Amino acid sequence: MLMENHLRVLRATRAWSQQDLAQRLEVSRQSVNAIETGKYDPSLPLAFRIAELFELPIEEVFVSPARHSSKAI
Amino acid sequence: MAFSPAAKRYNWRVVWLSLIYACLLIAAAYGFKHELVPNAFAYIVAVLPALPIIGIFAAIGRYLVEEQDEYVRMLMVRQTLWASGFALSLATAWGFLESFDLVGHWDGYWVAVAWFFGLGIGALANKLTLGETGSGC
Repeated sequence: MLMENHLRVLRATRAWSQQDLAQRLEVSRQSVNAIETGKYDPSLPLAFRIAELFELPIEEVFVSPARHSSKAI
Repeated sequence: MAFSPAAKRYNWRVVWLSLIYACLLIAAAYGFKHELVPNAFAYIVAVLPALPIIGIFAAIGRYLVEEQDEYVRMLMVRQTLWASGFALSLATAWGFLESFDLVGHWDGYWVAVAWFFGLGIGALANKLTLGETGSGC
């Protein structure tokens, strides 16, 4: 099960394109798109880099699958 | 699509290894055809064209080590898994067909050809499931 995340919203608040975010994270635009659309879960180091870039705790960028499923119940 | 530095290095390695392969294959085939290869060196000369192909396998491994973009690396890993599954399945099925005299003999190096074809299947699988073919490798 893949994690949900708030990357698209966070990126929009800063008016960054996927390419802008990719450059800041030193990854490909493909990677940003895959993470945003929930096709790929980043590794823990990349997830921390993303959270640190937005100056947020990691759980405010990525939704814990356990918490997400418990809310669904 | 822009290639990563690792993908650019990989592409150059494959181009050079392919050229070396072509040269060695032509030289070995010419040597054997015109009986220029001494018996003592026959095994060595026969194996020479295989070395650049083995080099390409190593280049793919090197690429997976060097690629810094984890998502792009995962796409390539998926491609290689598809390639391995396809080539091994084909070789296994063909082996049994050959054992029961239902098909003719295929030289073993066709497994490598099937594996490279399988990389294409893997790229297609990536495209269908993730919308991306991979790094272009």
